Amino acid sequence: MTLTKAELANLLFEKVGLNKREAKEMVETFFEEVRTALEKGDSVKLSGFGNFQLREKPQRPGRNPKTGEEMPITARRVVTFHASQKLKAMVEEAAAHVGTPAQL
Amino acid sequence: MIEIGAMTKSELIARLAERHPHLVAADAELAVKTIIDAMVNSLVEGERIEIRGFGSFSLNFRPPRLGRNPKTGDKVQVAGKYVPHFKAGKELRDRVDFKE
Repeated sequence: MTLTKAELANLLFEKVGLNKREAKEMVETFFEEVRTALEKGDSVKLSGFGNFQLREKPQRPGRNPKTGEEMPITARRVVTFHASQKLKAMVEEAAAHVGTPAQL
Repeated sequence: MIEIGAMTKSELIARLAERHPHLVAADAELAVKTIIDAMVNSLVEGERIEIRGFGSFSLNFRPPRLGRNPKTGDKVQVAGKYVPHFKAGKELRDRVDFKE
């Protein structure tokens, strides 16, 4: 099953004891604070999970895949995620025990 | 890489506590830990995470390959493995990009 905001809100209701409305708002504001930090140009470091960082990519030549027309891909700023050593190790170890993870 | 500043987990907890003044501060801390634990557990179990407006996390497979021991130069077989992968969602992508 896929983890979604609804599942996370349900966990905050069950494990933290927030009411349903508070739980939903907390999940929303969690991701909104991360977006706001990244939008400002700050990286976000969540120990035990990973880091979100920004990369500036220069303009490069590209093509319209439909028409084949040459068209520059403009300079842009993008988010990259680097999983923590701990998360990488846990994922590798779990996959080694159970074999191929489901539905990937 | 830009390193103007960084938000850590404890700063995120402080901001959430500020935005939810009706809750006790310990709730914000427990909420952040619960959310992160749930995301870690999903990936460890091989399940995807899909957060609309933020992005999705999944596992990518790195196939087995023939590597080399950098010290001795000997060839060594490196086993295949799964690594976490993040793809930013549209809202996040648009908000972090340069403004027109």
